[in-house]
Amino acid sequence: MTEKSPLTVLDRPNSFIGKSVSRAGAKRLLEGRGTFVDDMTLPRMVHVAFCRSPFAHAKFGAINSEAAKAASGIISVVTGRELAEYCTPWVGVLTHLQGLKSAPQHAIALDKACWQGEAVVAVIAETRSQAEDAVELVEIDYQELPVVADMETALDDATPVIHSDLGDNLCFQREVDIGEVDKAFADAHCVVEETFNFGRHTGVCLETRAIIADYNPSEEHLTVYLSAQAPHMMKNLYAKHFGLNEDKVRVVCKDVGGSFGIKVHTYPDEMATGALSIMLKRPVKFNADRLESFVTDIHARDHRVKARMAVSKEGKFLAIDMDDLTGIGPYSVYPRTSGIEANQVINLTGGPYTIENYRANARVVFTNKNGMCQYRAVGHPIACAVGEGLVDAAARAMDMDPVELRRRNLIPDDAYPYTYATGLVYEQLSHHQCLDKLLEMMDYDGLRREQAEYRDKGIHRGIGFASMIEVTNPSPAFYGVGGAFISSQEGCTMRLDHTGGITCTVGVTEQGQGSDAVMAQVAATAVGVPMENIRIVSGDTDVVPYGGGTWASRAAGIGGEAALRAGKALRENLLEIAAIILQADAAALDIQDGAVVDADGGTERMPLSELGRIVYFRGDTLPKDVQPELVVTRHYVPKAFPFAFTNGVEAFYVEVDVDTGFVKLLKCWVVDDCGTIINPMLVDEQIRGGVVQGIGGALYEECLYDERGQYLNATMADYLTPMAMEMPDIEVGHVETPTKDSELGAKGVGEAGTTGAPAAIMNAINDAIQPFGKHVSDMPFTPERILKALGKV
Amino acid sequence: MSDTLTVNLTVNGEKVSRAIEPRRNLVDFLREDLQLTGSHVGCEHGVCGACTLRVNGEIVRGCLMLAVQAEGAVVETIEGVSDSGEIADLQEAFHERNALQCGFCTPGMLLAAADLLNANPGAGRDQIREHISGNYCRCTGYQAIVDAIEAVGRKRSGQSS
Repeated sequence: MTEKSPLTVLDRPNSFIGKSVSRAGAKRLLEGRGTFVDDMTLPRMVHVAFCRSPFAHAKFGAINSEAAKAASGIISVVTGRELAEYCTPWVGVLTHLQGLKSAPQHAIALDKACWQGEAVVAVIAETRSQAEDAVELVEIDYQELPVVADMETALDDATPVIHSDLGDNLCFQREVDIGEVDKAFADAHCVVEETFNFGRHTGVCLETRAIIADYNPSEEHLTVYLSAQAPHMMKNLYAKHFGLNEDKVRVVCKDVGGSFGIKVHTYPDEMATGALSIMLKRPVKFNADRLESFVTDIHARDHRVKARMAVSKEGKFLAIDMDDLTGIGPYSVYPRTSGIEANQVINLTGGPYTIENYRANARVVFTNKNGMCQYRAVGHPIACAVGEGLVDAAARAMDMDPVELRRRNLIPDDAYPYTYATGLVYEQLSHHQCLDKLLEMMDYDGLRREQAEYRDKGIHRGIGFASMIEVTNPSPAFYGVGGAFISSQEGCTMRLDHTGGITCTVGVTEQGQGSDAVMAQVAATAVGVPMENIRIVSGDTDVVPYGGGTWASRAAGIGGEAALRAGKALRENLLEIAAIILQADAAALDIQDGAVVDADGGTERMPLSELGRIVYFRGDTLPKDVQPELVVTRHYVPKAFPFAFTNGVEAFYVEVDVDTGFVKLLKCWVVDDCGTIINPMLVDEQIRGGVVQGIGGALYEECLYDERGQYLNATMADYLTPMAMEMPDIEVGHVETPTKDSELGAKGVGEAGTTGAPAAIMNAINDAIQPFGKHVSDMPFTPERILKALGKV
Repeated sequence: MSDTLTVNLTVNGEKVSRAIEPRRNLVDFLREDLQLTGSHVGCEHGVCGACTLRVNGEIVRGCLMLAVQAEGAVVETIEGVSDSGEIADLQEAFHERNALQCGFCTPGMLLAAADLLNANPGAGRDQIREHISGNYCRCTGYQAIVDAIEAVGRKRSGQSS
């Protein structure tokens, strides 16, 4: 290498790292030429619709399907017992969540439905509408059972046990007790205490769940086209539960219309569709309609947290003591389990601060409602709102500025690596830098003056903050150690074609977040070619290296590092061959802008298309002992830390109408530190989109059930999601602290916005209504709840 | 349910005649009978706007209109307005600004945006936000979409962006 050679790949000439490159893959979507699962039709394909239990808890006996079978276009009507021959049940447990238990769950219920919406009978027809028509004709003899609807009483002796074999309704419990909590509370100058409620909500992917399963009995081969995030995980599960050779299962994820964690789980109706394809020996399509989506897509949150914090006279946080209760439906969801969210809540609460005494108890209980599992930011919004809610409660109690109180307690930027009370290890965070930058962006002092002026006019505006941490780039510590075949590694295979183009196959999957674009930027930079020379292929288990897919903010950080390593290896191979062809020293050559050049000076020596032509078509002109390798594969799995924690801070400026209870979001600011930023525009858009999903949970979204476990608002007209008119502009800033665990240094960003928004909005509302001596802590903060808090209704 | 009616209409400039069930809604007809899968079905309640189409020059919800009601109508979908180049500037602006992520809402969003800018290229941010409030996007948080539409409006009305 010459002395002008760059130090790392990030400094290479013509680097695309840090550039706001537009996504090549977005163009087809802009013209309506994408391929979502429901856009596909296969020869001999049939459609399945399900009879779903109208009751939250019911036994069923005789099923009369004669009329349905006689209806127009009907291929078959299949019960749970019939389908069980083709699909074994599953149990959603992980060994590292000690004591977590669940009951065997079948693709179609055998004799008892445990939530309203559980599939009870499958009806297969030539068209979806024929299948739906015949669903109405199936007669099922239901006997209603007592319903466990309230998580607060789920463990009471008087409450019926949903799965008698389990003995009780407790799915999982974990307690942590670190330091001297009782002493800290006894010594405290101030103790604040609060009960927080987090309503159930769900992802509402605009594309509902969809699957086409295509079994070919002649080869015992199953192809599944799926709208999903983790194709390799599903491939393993299909093989396992359908009794197939895993090498003969292929999962293909084409365009995915939003996922947000919703599409990373095992859904009974999707498993049923796969099993039906094997049973019927032909392709079967299932596409959930919006009602099915609301009653069967996993829900999240639904936590009740009682928490208190001890604070010293100097404003130092001494201890947190909390109790978290969550009701997760009748089964722990497979294979990631429904214990992770509560586990995150008690791991992460207070995580930005130097708190040494910490006690938490989390209980996860079964209920007769739809299943709960991991949705964007898993547990983070709860942990953040509890911690930040306590911080602001302490600021109010001690009459301190909430920013000043945070400054006194945020982990100092020079204190890393740092181990939090709960055992989380932070490599390097930047809370104080982020907070400083945020205050400057929002003109905090000016905003406080403006708030005071409005208050004088009877207009109630509030400013709320949330400092946050986010789990990203998970190592096998997340799922692998618990026995699940969920890969934490990522891979990238890179091939130079004779045209000079480079085809990359990657294990991470595109959900719209832009992972394909980011992989292309890294690949182009690492090899030294223009963006248009890179083509990314993802989502097909027959083609791509083994990887985990998209979840836990891992695609850019882990998949990006794999692409970087593959690109460097390919570049080395290319330079080796180029040196032979050019009779030059490989170390004196470089690849820039798609051509081999002199490293010193950049004079072009040979385009990569010429190298490709010689290798692919005129190998005879190369020395006999030289065999060029223009395809390389590299992998990466994080090892230095269990997770690459990121940090950030959000602030909201809101106006509360104290007569109507309506909250107007005036402005939002976010400063986030996700390490190396590969594509600033895509990072900002991940944050904005994440913030808006957080706003949904804070103000609008709630899956409402009555005491019989009946879902009350399962339409998009009744379940409110954020609309354009109510959303604020969101200003985003950055601090960049790359992780040293990878050369790329990128950490995740997909969940940061969602993590902090509910907490910051809660604190802003409470700041606005502080003159009334009232506050709120039950999300979503509907007008009714705010008026109730104000004592007006 | 098997009785059909013959419907004659123009779709993206092509004359189409099909025998269809009266209960079939327009977006299902386009997607399933004509394989025009660019229009998407998000809620089937007329709420989300993913199925937004243009019928006789007006944008409609493809899930709230029966195909038989389109007898004699001129229907335009995302495929049609893409091929004609009519919304090329909007598509380019959405691409540059990353005003889409998963892309499921995008065809409907583009038709709603085109409808606004055809009537009022000088629409301000609040007017844009109000006009697209019937088109849900779950990914972007809307700001990039508002930015992109605003930029195209400015260009069309001769203002510099």
